[in-house]
Amino acid sequence: MRISTAYDAGKLVIRLAGELDHHGAREAMREIDGLIDEYLPRDTALDMEGLSFMDSSGIAVILKTDRRMREMGGRASVINPARQPLRVIDASGIDRMISVKGARRQ
Amino acid sequence: MKSENYIKLEFPSKSVNEGFARAAAAAFAAQLDPTLEELGDIKTAVSEAVTNCIVHAYPDELGRISMRLRIMSGGRLEIVVKDAGRGIEDVAKAREPLFTTGGEERSGMGFTIMESFMDKLRVRSSPGRGTTVTMLRAIKPRTGAR
Repeated sequence: MRISTAYDAGKLVIRLAGELDHHGAREAMREIDGLIDEYLPRDTALDMEGLSFMDSSGIAVILKTDRRMREMGGRASVINPARQPLRVIDASGIDRMISVKGARRQ
Repeated sequence: MKSENYIKLEFPSKSVNEGFARAAAAAFAAQLDPTLEELGDIKTAVSEAVTNCIVHAYPDELGRISMRLRIMSGGRLEIVVKDAGRGIEDVAKAREPLFTTGGEERSGMGFTIMESFMDKLRVRSSPGRGTTVTMLRAIKPRTGAR
């Protein structure tokens, strides 16, 4: 699991790359929390284009990030999910609660 | 049912083995010539089943997890993930979407995802003795090759 960021005008983009499972989820969440503390963004987007694998641990990370942002009066979203993470997102139904954009469903 | 090929693996309930288990399952299933999507589904379901053992069956200690994969006639794949941990009191409740005893680090979607990615999911558990999860998935033969 690798994490990188871009920040512009109140919007924080957190890029997740590699595999996000239970083994890496706690560390990923700790890093995401730290980044939100550092930038205090209005919106946070989790960019999942480089995520080659995600299971329901990733769903917990998305939900926790969204809760964290809502506490601050902001929003979290998911952008550019690769195919496998998108299937997990679709199966979980969280796209009814959280914006998912840039998915290539073909 | 005739088994055409199988593997059996056993490993301790360390979270670093989640990635190993799903990669091993995918490597074995590759001989069925699955699509990338089918392979992703198999990896995801295995990851959920093994994570359940690590988080719920053995919350405070390391225990043994066994995983067996079988290829059966007609290109059907059976995956069995078994632990000898604390077991599930109420299996029906555990299978409900969003239900979890794992706190906010867990989403409660594990069984829901196994169910939606596999053709069949059977969960047998006895409290104090362990849980066995059996999953079935047919891999469609692709036209041309094979």
